[in-house]
Amino acid sequence: MPAAQPAPLTLVPPAAEPAPRTIVDIRNLTLTYQAADHPVYALSDVSLSIAKGDFISLIGPSGCGKTTLMRVVADLEQPTSGEVTVNGMTPEQARLKRAYGYVFQAPALYPWRTVERNVTLPLEIMGLPKAERQQRAREQLELVGLSGFERKFPWQLSGGMQQRVSIARALAFNPDLLLMDEPFGALDEITRDHLNLQLTRLWLGTRKTCIFVTHSIAEAVFLSTRIVVMSPRPGRILDVIDCDGDLPRERTLDIRESPEFQRIAHRVREGLMEGHSYDD
Amino acid sequence: MKRPTMALPQMAHSDMAPWPLVMLAAPLLPFAGLDGTTLFLPQLPIALALFAVTIATILGRRLPGSALGEALLLLAGVASAYAAPLVLLKEGYGLAQAGGLWVYLAGATLLLWRVLALLAMVSGPARLAGPALFGLALVMLWEILTRGFQVPTILLPPPSTVLSAFAVHAADLWDDFRQTVLVSVLRGYLIGCGAGFLVAILADRVPFLARGLLPLGNLASAVPVVGIAPIMVMWFGFDWQSKAAVIVVMTFFPMLINTLAGLQSAERIQLDLMRSYGAGYWRTLAMLRLPCALPFLFNGLKINSTLALIGAIVAEFFGTPVVGMGFRISTQVARMNLDVVWATIAVAALTGSLLYGALALAERRVTAWHPSLRKR
Ligand SMILES: Nc1ncnc2c1ncn2[C@@H]1O[C@H](COP(=O)(O)OP(=O)(O)OP(=O)(O)O)[C@@H](O)[C@H]1O
Ligand SMILES: [Mg+2]
Repeated sequence: MPAAQPAPLTLVPPAAEPAPRTIVDIRNLTLTYQAADHPVYALSDVSLSIAKGDFISLIGPSGCGKTTLMRVVADLEQPTSGEVTVNGMTPEQARLKRAYGYVFQAPALYPWRTVERNVTLPLEIMGLPKAERQQRAREQLELVGLSGFERKFPWQLSGGMQQRVSIARALAFNPDLLLMDEPFGALDEITRDHLNLQLTRLWLGTRKTCIFVTHSIAEAVFLSTRIVVMSPRPGRILDVIDCDGDLPRERTLDIRESPEFQRIAHRVREGLMEGHSYDD
Repeated sequence: MKRPTMALPQMAHSDMAPWPLVMLAAPLLPFAGLDGTTLFLPQLPIALALFAVTIATILGRRLPGSALGEALLLLAGVASAYAAPLVLLKEGYGLAQAGGLWVYLAGATLLLWRVLALLAMVSGPARLAGPALFGLALVMLWEILTRGFQVPTILLPPPSTVLSAFAVHAADLWDDFRQTVLVSVLRGYLIGCGAGFLVAILADRVPFLARGLLPLGNLASAVPVVGIAPIMVMWFGFDWQSKAAVIVVMTFFPMLINTLAGLQSAERIQLDLMRSYGAGYWRTLAMLRLPCALPFLFNGLKINSTLALIGAIVAEFFGTPVVGMGFRISTQVARMNLDVVWATIAVAALTGSLLYGALALAERRVTAWHPSLRKR
């Protein structure tokens, strides 16, 4: 665990927590894109409640509306109908209060800024002093294994390294809510394991709330307290699988071998296949 | 058939195409004329010596053992070939019928080709000598051809005449430069580009403004300078104001259109990022959209640098206080002082290229991140 993250876990054992506070509340959310010729039904009647400290994984076939759902929470997309609240506010108010950090599906780095200045971008907007900005950038880049690349430009990095820079950027301003859209999609297995471990420790240590999109069942089970399985377009929620009961909160890579882990993974797979069944 | 398995390092530059050897035909043809008699190479000791130097450099080209050495040696051969006609002209020989000399020159020019190819292979500052040498050779050929064939100076004066016009009329040329470039062009350019930029930022916020202005921009770019220049002179008088007005009309829309396109060029995901930080319009403009627009801005500035110069010079044809590059050209053409006209044209061309070059250099520095310029 990096020194930057305070609040050691032992002080707040999960069992002693008061009734969990709802951070994100989604009710009957429907979203239809008005494409040029015909409407695209991206989300249909999605309801989901996410408590503080939850780690929610969204899993579902490509094009089912996972990104769309995150964008609604982030106030980057307006729902056609339904209610969404973030921290008890509208998504817009939450956005203006910088309530969340968003790791986009693509790195979205600014090519005219060095790696370091990409990471400090949100800190500049928040008006932090320069020394602190650089300090935090150094810590976060170290966390994602990119120490020594501060002076490089994004286009001098590989795709996976760029995505890690964008993760460091989202972590740099220490938001309570993290929205991550396939952040590890472009990484090799070993780096991915390493970052999964870092992420789960970070989450455990800081009590952040995470919404995480992935296509990897193992990753979803390893990281999540709950897994949301979505159907093909129009995206609906097929199943919400609770992992917290069967798996310990503090996780190590070897729990992936345990029977509980396998059982949950199997259930996720069944849910995904059920969604696909009417396709063929 | 046996293929070489390995190329030796010096092989890369040791094979030379045989074309420069056409100059071996030169001794067989007339080399100069004097009072109606034709002379051949052996009768002209200086020319013979120069010819011998060139041949010697070709024969000895492998001695230096490096591409740069070979280039320098052959360059000496080219230089003596280019010197030959100038020396002969100076001694009063006629060259219009001197077939041998022209064959010699043609061969030497092909040899120069070889020199330039060698320099292109060399790394370091010598590489930069290539383009300079190319330009110098063009000027030399211009000099030799116009004087050798006695082209009337009204049609095309040799560079040496233009150069002496520079010396004689230096004060006038400087005054013209100051009036046209430092006063009219600079002010018009800054006002035109600045206004184009600011209006683009406004039009970006007010969509109907952009929709109304863009068709107007197409219209304005089709209006000929010679049409608006006299009108501007009537409106704003003879001094720099009317020239600046013409330049503003010419540069405003290119800048507006380029800036608008540049502001649109930020990607959606980059904009979403700014939005997710709760950044407002101005912050997004400063931190994302303007940096994105920089390549477009430079494009507009570069286009406008040439447009502004053309606009000012043409506008001066329609009235100036008796100074300015356009004024100089129009009056000196009427007096058949073509050397001054050419000197003015040279000043204009140099100014234009320097302006453009400076902008291109600034662009390289400022937008080195752009895919078209980036080096890994
Ligand atoms: N701006 C848009 N306009 C129209 N249709 C859109 C737009 N954005 C997304 N869509 C459509 O909405 C559907 C859901 O898209 P979304 O990006 O949410 O999928 P996803 O689940 O994130 O897929 P993936 O796993 O491939 O990233 C897709 O079918 C897509 O075609
Ligand atoms: Mg997606």
